[in-house]
Amino acid sequence: MKYGILVNEGPYQHQASDTAYQFAQALLDKGHELFRVFFYHDGVNNGTRFAVPPQDDRNITARWSEMAEKHGVDLVICIAAAQRRGLLDEGEAKRQGKDGNNIAPGFRISGLGQLIEAGIQSDRLVVFGD
Amino acid sequence: MSEPWEEEGPGTIKKFMYVNRKAPYGTIYALESLEVVLIAAAFEQDVSMAFLDDGVYQLKKGQDTQGIGMKNFSPTYRALEGYDVEKLYVEAESLAERGLSEDDLLVPVEVMGREALAELMDEQDVILSF
Repeated sequence: MKYGILVNEGPYQHQASDTAYQFAQALLDKGHELFRVFFYHDGVNNGTRFAVPPQDDRNITARWSEMAEKHGVDLVICIAAAQRRGLLDEGEAKRQGKDGNNIAPGFRISGLGQLIEAGIQSDRLVVFGD
Repeated sequence: MSEPWEEEGPGTIKKFMYVNRKAPYGTIYALESLEVVLIAAAFEQDVSMAFLDDGVYQLKKGQDTQGIGMKNFSPTYRALEGYDVEKLYVEAESLAERGLSEDDLLVPVEVMGREALAELMDEQDVILSF
């Protein structure tokens, strides 16, 4: 089956991102296809490579990045939500005149249309949020 | 019944329901949900919105946000019609529990009972809950 995932909460504060990750891992292990993970609301904060969690804790962002590298999962951060919260890729930083960017490997910034497309293309779109 | 060749591909029309459960201010869910709906309108899908729990307050007439220093985005709900988003469902129980009636709402809606709304949700292809 082809799945899409929507993550609406940030890392650590909420379990939603952990559960989404575990769900994604489980469906990949079962041989299903993961069309896209879309990060919205505070969920965009999952994609900052500037987070430095304690070493004895899980690194949520790195975990997503590894999944993207290993399974080619498309991790998309909503641009409107990202701009509000200070998540920038290189191009966006340049456009907005900011002095740095913080997107983690495997993530990309794009529009809400990518979420709708995930809804259209996937057999199931599963929402993880509050 | 649609023909087999109409069931897949980019021309697919799915039933998308946006479920709004949270008060308009206090968190950003309502505002960012509205942003998704406006973008989604361009995809020519079968779009509806449901308002339940504190989400019914999103449609309350006479919102005045001056005291909290936030933008009053409630006029946007009136603009939805122009985006062909015309199916707005409000849960009767949620209204009643909050001492509200259809007259308190700023746009025409269909008020329906919890059970009927659950059945409607069952008919959807994609439910995005905010």
